[in-house]
Amino acid sequence: MLSFLARRLLSTIPVLLIVSVLVFLLLRLTPGDPAQLLAGDQATAEQVAQIRSNLGLDRSIPEQYLLWLGHLFQGDLGQSFYYKTDVVTLIGQRLEPTMSLALITILVAVSVSVPLGVLAAWRHGGWLDRGLMGFSVLGFSIPVFVLAYLLIWLLSMRLGVLPVQGYKRLGDGAGLWLYHLILPSITLSVIYIALIARVTRAAVLETLGEDYIRTARAKGLAETKVLLNHALSNAAVPIVTVIGIGIALLIGGVVVTESVYAIPGLGRLTVDAVLARDFPTIQGVILFFSFIYVLVNLLVDLSYVFFDPRIRY
Amino acid sequence: MATPILPDDTLSVEAATIVERPSTWQRVRRNGSVRLGGIVLGVLVALALAAPWLGTVDPSLFDPVSRDLLPGKTGEITDLDGNTFVHTFVFGSDSFGRDIYSRVMYGTRVSLIVGLATAVVSVTFGVLLGLCAGYLRWLDGPLMRVMDGIMSIPSILIAIALVALWRGSLLTVVIAIAIPEIPRVTRLVRSLVLTVREEPYVEAAVSLGTPTWKIMLRHILPNTTAPLIVQGTFIAASGILVEAILSFLGVGLPPDIPTWGNVMAEGRSQFSEFPHNILFPGIFLAVTVLAVNILGDGLRDTLDPKMARRT
Repeated sequence: MLSFLARRLLSTIPVLLIVSVLVFLLLRLTPGDPAQLLAGDQATAEQVAQIRSNLGLDRSIPEQYLLWLGHLFQGDLGQSFYYKTDVVTLIGQRLEPTMSLALITILVAVSVSVPLGVLAAWRHGGWLDRGLMGFSVLGFSIPVFVLAYLLIWLLSMRLGVLPVQGYKRLGDGAGLWLYHLILPSITLSVIYIALIARVTRAAVLETLGEDYIRTARAKGLAETKVLLNHALSNAAVPIVTVIGIGIALLIGGVVVTESVYAIPGLGRLTVDAVLARDFPTIQGVILFFSFIYVLVNLLVDLSYVFFDPRIRY
Repeated sequence: MATPILPDDTLSVEAATIVERPSTWQRVRRNGSVRLGGIVLGVLVALALAAPWLGTVDPSLFDPVSRDLLPGKTGEITDLDGNTFVHTFVFGSDSFGRDIYSRVMYGTRVSLIVGLATAVVSVTFGVLLGLCAGYLRWLDGPLMRVMDGIMSIPSILIAIALVALWRGSLLTVVIAIAIPEIPRVTRLVRSLVLTVREEPYVEAAVSLGTPTWKIMLRHILPNTTAPLIVQGTFIAASGILVEAILSFLGVGLPPDIPTWGNVMAEGRSQFSEFPHNILFPGIFLAVTVLAVNILGDGLRDTLDPKMARRT
């Protein structure tokens, strides 16, 4: 197990290094001089030259990369052109809303989609099954922001039960915090529910055909126990895998959802940075999100041992 | 064509020879999802082609007098020569006094072109890279690690960053959307190549001294077409969706190009009073993506049964 952990951790290093090269090249391919951009319009030639040598922009591209990577390891993602602060600080400030939205969405999505998937597989070909499959195609096709506006129109403007926009920090009270997150997380969870329910259904359907299910039923085990202890627990590996892969989808959704609901999180920061052509911030956010994605999928791999005791590393 | 209904004694040699399996093309045509998705998509293509003759005006025309009209209202609009004429705004008008119906109809063109182009670009590059990775063993490791790297960056972030870098135009938006899809196609083609290259006919071709490029084109590539058509359809659906998201966020095609995403982006600030500015393009977008996805599901079930069983 320990040697697997070490190997699996090591295997993420080349991926993260390649991501860092890609993200680094992104900034270097930018037209315009980063030193000039950072210094602003009023800067003298000396100031620009000073910034250039501070950032190592007068050196060769590989040297610049190593320098940049060195800073990265020290937790330094550079200075934002637009906000004039540390990108790391900026990300830190925007972390809470995004994490809140993402965690509640995952919670909602998993608690809705897994039971639905199991029931659909249990009554394979029934109305719930067909309904769920139809919903999942629809869920993949309806754009997040169109859904967001439909829900705002229905729940906030017509019925007036939920706030239209905005975010309240957890420090302002958990109730208020949750109240403002209901609509965004419902919006964001739809595509995730579509994805997880589909895979849950397929995985449970496969295990339901196994001999041990017939044995369990034959010995008179309650159907809920058959479904949960035998079918679902043996279908867990593909389900957690798709939850991990779906994180990429979730991150894409966060960017759109935060913009529609005016949530001051990382997704909003990404869009603002792109509109301001603030490349260090774009770089920082992309690196951060990719790191989270790789990390989550590492955890998913490790969780296989828990879900399937046959797997030993 | 012989009927595929099995006679009573299917076991006899005579009876077995009568039964003819429907060809792949027949199975595709008879599939309900393919038909439904294909018909809806056909209608959309027709709308896109016939946009100028469907009671539309030039989508860039505006008239300050006709600002913020509700759907179905009649107002006036000024053409490029300065002549003012009466026009019925079927879907209403936006805050500049432009006809939303015309903008949505012309927007169909942009969305369909973007969908098709992203699919073609990412499948082309994916095939080239996948063939190389699957056939040239020395290239496999490094190339696939780069693909892993691209795949661990959420695709919408790559698209947003690339458009920011290049600034929005039809070409840059298509390439920016296609790039994050390339690794998926590459992986698919590579895995197919790895299976096919072990087949006896490839071995035979190698031993006959057939050049590598010819083996790739003649013997390996044709075996990848069915899964690639399926994959390409799904890429087209997501390409249409991502283009609309980019335009909606204000980082996609320039605002003067009528796209569904742009129309919706312009409608954002007035959503509470004029929800139809977002509603109509939103419906078109959702229906289009849904049609392409349903078509893809049908194609997967008929062309690529192995993949259909996997999901």
